[in-house]
Amino acid sequence: MSDDLRDLYQEVILDHGRHPRNKHTLEHASHLAHGENPLCGDKLIVYVKLSPDNVIEEVSFEGQGCAISTASASLMTEVMVGKSLAEAEKLFGNFHALATGEGETDITGLEDDMDRLEVLAGVRDYPVRVKCATLAWHTLSAALHDQQKVSTE
Amino acid sequence: MTVIDRTYPIEQIRADFPILSKSFKGKPLVYLDSTASAMKPSQVINEESRVYEEEYANIHRGVYYLSAKATERYEQSRKTVQKFLGAKHAREIIFTRNTTESINLVASSYGRKFLREGDEIVITGLEHHSNIVPWQFLVEEKGVVLKVVPVEEDGSISLEKYAALLTPRTKIVAAAHISNVLGTILPVAEMIRLAHDVGAKVLLDGAQAVMHQAVDVQELDIDFYAFSGHKLYGPTGIGVLYGKEELLNAMPPYQGGGDMIASVSFEKTTYAPLPAKFEAGTPAIAQAAGLAAAVDYVTSIGLDRIRAHEDELLAYATTRLNQLEGLRIIGTATKKAAVVSFVLDYAHPHDIAQIFDSAGVSIRAGHHCAQPLMTHFKIPATARASFGMYNTKAEIDALVAAVRKVEEMFR
Repeated sequence: MSDDLRDLYQEVILDHGRHPRNKHTLEHASHLAHGENPLCGDKLIVYVKLSPDNVIEEVSFEGQGCAISTASASLMTEVMVGKSLAEAEKLFGNFHALATGEGETDITGLEDDMDRLEVLAGVRDYPVRVKCATLAWHTLSAALHDQQKVSTE
Repeated sequence: MTVIDRTYPIEQIRADFPILSKSFKGKPLVYLDSTASAMKPSQVINEESRVYEEEYANIHRGVYYLSAKATERYEQSRKTVQKFLGAKHAREIIFTRNTTESINLVASSYGRKFLREGDEIVITGLEHHSNIVPWQFLVEEKGVVLKVVPVEEDGSISLEKYAALLTPRTKIVAAAHISNVLGTILPVAEMIRLAHDVGAKVLLDGAQAVMHQAVDVQELDIDFYAFSGHKLYGPTGIGVLYGKEELLNAMPPYQGGGDMIASVSFEKTTYAPLPAKFEAGTPAIAQAAGLAAAVDYVTSIGLDRIRAHEDELLAYATTRLNQLEGLRIIGTATKKAAVVSFVLDYAHPHDIAQIFDSAGVSIRAGHHCAQPLMTHFKIPATARASFGMYNTKAEIDALVAAVRKVEEMFR
């Protein structure tokens, strides 16, 4: 297997792609949004449960997608737990920068999370796959902003 | 039993397509996406260049030599296409940008003039978005009813179910000649006969058909036939609409502008006769010549031989892929052209295409502009390999090897 491909499909990605964490509905979700990438037909729903003081208590997702989009959604549900809305926003900005190679990179306070997410940095060399990696994140952001639907066209 | 054509000049054909001998990222090209767009032989590339180098000027009305030469070549290209489709007159051949524009032309011009509220248009569940959306415009604008023939489990279309949708209110039947996703060859002769029995006109989307088999519009009594140059080994930016003369004559112009008029004053404009009426503005001049060169090229090899070669590739690919565990071919109709759509139960089509790419194998993954069809089969997408006149069994072996690579990684 070529090294390029190994960069894209790291073991962690394959593992989360095969056995995604938190892939289920969330009965008592306070927010949810539908995400869709119309170009490839991927669809998912992200559920969030916010505590009364606006801290993310739980995140889950459902849907179908490629290994990259599934792994990214799975990792996202893990790193987002316990984050305040402001931290979630900052993490989203940093993840977006990681995946696209452009934009904000102030990771103060998020070092551990960004370390975990680093496995997804390989997508930046594959422009058509960036949307796979960011779909769940855009959907979470839409849910938190009370938008019902998001499309990464 | 298929007789194998051992004289099929595969080596010569491959040598005619310069891109096929190139390597990309250190891997020889295995191009299995001709259904999306076909590669071009030197004969096409050179003809387009030759027009620019030797006889280029804007066509029509030019008094000078070059304009006359360019006009002559353009109209000669029209005659080449006329002969290719078996049309009665060259003026029944309208040059457009592509299949999509050809279909939009008919929906917009014929549809707006002749369809009324409550009239019905019948399409099939196999259609490409370009043979769905233009008709939906008429649903919104005129209150026309769109009826869809359901797709069978094997990807075929049942003539009984089709016939059951036809009524005296059916005005247009618009169907793919060959499905771009599944390769299904539709029973168009019977469909046309049944449509004509209720007085409906038939438009066939031939985008996936003209490169695989000979089409005779008169023999089939087709009312409208649309195809693109670039899928027929010709240039992008040029397509064809065939229409029966009396229908095209009865239709209003699609776009207004230069070339499509007889005379213009601020009070009244009269339109040019066919085909100019439907060719407003400067057309794709060099591309028309390139398209004619593409038609000449496939005709010189012979569509029957190309078809036999591709059938052999399809049979081989189907057998090899069916041996792989966890692989399911979507679209198994008995009458199929050289397209294999498949899904793997352990990997998403996008991941499949990515791994294939790293092996130098170019296939397409996605909904192939046929989302309703994906919904019908309850899948988000498929991986699709398609074969053209230049593909080989060795390339199908590379395809199978690439599936094994995906298996290694994801299973």
